[in-house]
Amino acid sequence: MKLSYVKSPEEKTKISPKGNKVVTKKTAIWTKKDLLGLEYLSKEEIGLILDNAKSFKEVLARPLRKVPTLRGKTVVNLFYEPSTRTRISFELAAKRLSADVINMVKEGSSIQKGETLIDTGRNLEALKTDVIVVRHNCSGAAAMLSRAVNISVVNAGDGWHEHPTQALLDIFTLNEKLGNVKGLNISIIGDIAHSRVARSNIWGLTKLGANVTVCAPGKLIPAGIEKLGVKVTSNIDEAIKKADAINVLRMQFERDAAGAFPSRIEYFKTFGITEERLKKAKKDIVVMHPGPINRGVEMSAEVADGANSVILEQVTNGIAIRMAVLYLVTHAKRENA
Amino acid sequence: MTYPNTWVGFFLPKKGHMKVKSKILDKKSIEKAITRISHEILERNKEAGELVIVGIRNRGEYLGNRIVESIEKIQGIKVPFGILDITLYRDDLTEVAEQPILKETKINFDITHKKVVLVDDVLFTGRTIRCAMDQLIDFGRPSVIQLAVLIDRGHRELPIKADYVGKNVPTALNEIVEVKLTEVDDTDEVVVCEKPGRKNQNLPERE
Repeated sequence: MKLSYVKSPEEKTKISPKGNKVVTKKTAIWTKKDLLGLEYLSKEEIGLILDNAKSFKEVLARPLRKVPTLRGKTVVNLFYEPSTRTRISFELAAKRLSADVINMVKEGSSIQKGETLIDTGRNLEALKTDVIVVRHNCSGAAAMLSRAVNISVVNAGDGWHEHPTQALLDIFTLNEKLGNVKGLNISIIGDIAHSRVARSNIWGLTKLGANVTVCAPGKLIPAGIEKLGVKVTSNIDEAIKKADAINVLRMQFERDAAGAFPSRIEYFKTFGITEERLKKAKKDIVVMHPGPINRGVEMSAEVADGANSVILEQVTNGIAIRMAVLYLVTHAKRENA
Repeated sequence: MTYPNTWVGFFLPKKGHMKVKSKILDKKSIEKAITRISHEILERNKEAGELVIVGIRNRGEYLGNRIVESIEKIQGIKVPFGILDITLYRDDLTEVAEQPILKETKINFDITHKKVVLVDDVLFTGRTIRCAMDQLIDFGRPSVIQLAVLIDRGHRELPIKADYVGKNVPTALNEIVEVKLTEVDDTDEVVVCEKPGRKNQNLPERE
């Protein structure tokens, strides 16, 4: 079954007969059954998720942190890679919305007997679930799964490709701290080559009008990254100097990042974020990290726990973003629905 | 039956261009109704210290605010005011024609043991009020929940009744009661419109 989608209407300002200016607020409508990446979203759709997340953050501040919105729906967390934050965050988000949650990991499931991703997805659909949240070590896994099933698929990280909810929560945190990302200088520092977080952030931030700089040792900068509209540098001080915010990425040793530089200590000395280095930056620079942190590799412990760090707020905002995403994909307006 | 192409939409009846049948309240009578409701609320809830007003988005928010101002004018006290967005509690989320816009709920005070007056613009099936009450009870345990509406148009689907009514208006099911308030519209008025005739009933509306 092929789904067709209605177009989102644009922002309108109309003048009433009496001359009053009536602003019809932009009403982007969510029409997608899946969230696969920020590359495929418009500026308005990203804005819609962020707006909704604000409302869901308010839900998390209530005395009773739960709403009945997804009652009777089932969300499956299908994780082919280890994860703490993302999985628990998605699980909590679904539970705060009153959905039922099933966690499925590679170990101890039929995946180990060789069941393919598509077969697993179709079986989950046959079990009458509503959303599959998938993390996979192959780029494009979520997109492939979404074509194979009619239920919603949310990408929780696919290989080196995208990790949309992480980027959304990064942007949400930036919006909270700095008002609006438009026109801001944001540097993404660290293992760009292996990072799906970097790619999602680049897509999202450039769409929203931020100036993005990526900084890493030459071997960790993928060829052609500047085509995504970012500045590239290998000079850490240059990347920090003008930045309103820095997003420091984890060195992904499990993906052979260690081969790109001589030693962890040397990387820390040349690229690690220390208080010493931050002295040359703007005083209220926002320091982010998607976690888990390698303390003493990409960032010193003092910075991670310092006044500029918003790392734990990012984690809190992650629940709100994931609630918004689960809400929108399950209530997508489809033309023929 | 769907009309995906915009050029077809051009011939469809335009939203907001429904036939206006009659104007039931103008600026002055809305003002009067608000003042009267405010007096009634104060009369029923003598110790205003426990009174709180909660408006239901969208129009109820503005009406609630007006009632708060009116009470301040009458008694010189400012009662706590909150705003409810019921979207997340709706029982028809997957069926509603238009995707509702989710906004924040703002209740920055404890409602336990308080007398809560819910405010909405039009009381119709009663389903909105049910959602609002469900949500309110998740925030605390009010001693009383009362309901104030500007228009009661009948056709209840749930056993719900308003305590304060601006105007009772008997309507037919194919009519729409439109409340316009200067906070969001260009004028203060309430009109009854008729949905487009039977011939067009299954056609989608043009934005």
